[in-house]
Amino acid sequence: MSGLFSAIATALDPLCGPVGIFTLLGGGGMLSCGANGWGDEIAFGVKVTITLALATLPIGLLLGFLIALAAQSEDKLLRAAVGIYTTIFRGLPELLTLFIVYYGLQLLIQALLAWLGIEQRIEINAFLAGMIALAVVFSSYSSEVLLSAFRAIPKGQYEAGDALGMRRSRTMLLVVLPQLIRIALPGLGNLWMILLKDTSYVSIIGLSDIVRQTSVAARVSKEAFFFYFLACLLYLALAVLSSVGLGFIERWSRRGEARR
Amino acid sequence: MSYARELIAPRPAPVEYQKPLTGSRVAALFILAIWGLLGIAIVWLIVSGWDVAKFERYGPRYLSGLWTTISLVGISVILGAVLSLPLAFARMSTNRVVGAIAYSYVYVFRGTPLLAQLFLIYYGLGSFRPELQSVGLWWFFREAWYCGLLSLTLNTAAYQAEILRGAIESVPRGQLEGAAALGIPKSVALRKIVLPQALIVALRPYGNEIILLIKGSAVVAIVTVYDLMGETRYAFSRTFDYQTYLWAAIFYLAIVETLRQVWNLLETRLTRHLKR
Repeated sequence: MSGLFSAIATALDPLCGPVGIFTLLGGGGMLSCGANGWGDEIAFGVKVTITLALATLPIGLLLGFLIALAAQSEDKLLRAAVGIYTTIFRGLPELLTLFIVYYGLQLLIQALLAWLGIEQRIEINAFLAGMIALAVVFSSYSSEVLLSAFRAIPKGQYEAGDALGMRRSRTMLLVVLPQLIRIALPGLGNLWMILLKDTSYVSIIGLSDIVRQTSVAARVSKEAFFFYFLACLLYLALAVLSSVGLGFIERWSRRGEARR
Repeated sequence: MSYARELIAPRPAPVEYQKPLTGSRVAALFILAIWGLLGIAIVWLIVSGWDVAKFERYGPRYLSGLWTTISLVGISVILGAVLSLPLAFARMSTNRVVGAIAYSYVYVFRGTPLLAQLFLIYYGLGSFRPELQSVGLWWFFREAWYCGLLSLTLNTAAYQAEILRGAIESVPRGQLEGAAALGIPKSVALRKIVLPQALIVALRPYGNEIILLIKGSAVVAIVTVYDLMGETRYAFSRTFDYQTYLWAAIFYLAIVETLRQVWNLLETRLTRHLKR
């Protein structure tokens, strides 16, 4: 069964499959998918970029949702605690956040191990570090979007939930959340585009994403302009694809609204 | 007739209302404890790792890096604003070809990462050395600083064009029609009626764009420009001292927070006639 699935996935691979762009246009040249072309390496980079962005998204959204909940709490201390978080991570450059997470986590784990009596050099996974750093940045921005969406939902919605005898958690899930998604979707779509572009920073800590793979190809083949142009084109294609996808999601989220 | 014969005896003060320990208070204390621990750890890291030799060696470099970052961002914001003006008008033009060209410029520069644009300009165009030398532009593309400036300028021009277009379109049509009714030429109406109203709308997005550009400018460190991030990477590669990054974080946070406060002041000052 899994063989069948992988066969279908290979057949439909848009970059290096039998009807893939690199296979059709590459021929036997630099973009071909075999041992003497760079097509398959770059296709791998595209996969890494997409995987990283998709893996970051749910974590960032969940964190952002919790932060937005905390930011509208009645407790002053909680608001202050969350305010520090958003101020720091919206003020730091993403690149610096990435370095701080990457080296800081290594130091932290090493210190913990040394405390336990184990002396060892630890190198943490670049994918994990990139995911954490991007999720932290994404959550601090998405919390703002979600917070303003929360403010757009009238108090009567909660009160109606109370009047129907629902618990607050149930009101949140069944009444508030569906409206929240609809209101916050354009802002979250923008943040997704930014996230997709920010994944390029992980190439600097050595993860083989689009930029990293095209850089290697450019250095080896001495065709820098061609390969970096290709990288830009791939990011553009991802942006176009996501805006089409976001359009679909937006229409889906508005399916309950009256047509005007 | 009855009246009270004695006063009511003094009573003890009501019991002070004690707020129950709610879940949110517990969460707040927990998060604040984490922040406190992190703060103590950072201070401890800086104090225990304090080294006068390092400070004397890298302190001035950090300041020069700070200056590089600020000048790079300042120049590219101004050049980007100049470039964004024709772009915004091209984007609003009724000529479809001009509009499409401006739209595709904006889409390309907003849809690709700054890092890829920078690599394309620095390494990509840099590989056409003989051609550039024959045109006499090699001095420009040889320097990483100029390439960083060019990519930041082109990038921010696209964003600023969108901000400007949105702001101009937010001014009601009646304003221009009123000017036309008064016999004011269109160029004067644009300069004295539309732009002043549009720039107030654009003020906040402009501030956000400058902050984004300050944060984005850190990538020029990758192509060997010694800005704040570049000096940090240099110091880290020499000392392997984690506090180099913490100092950079402090500097960046200070710049961004200062800019935000200045922008808030500017906004309250410039919109004081709109207060009710």
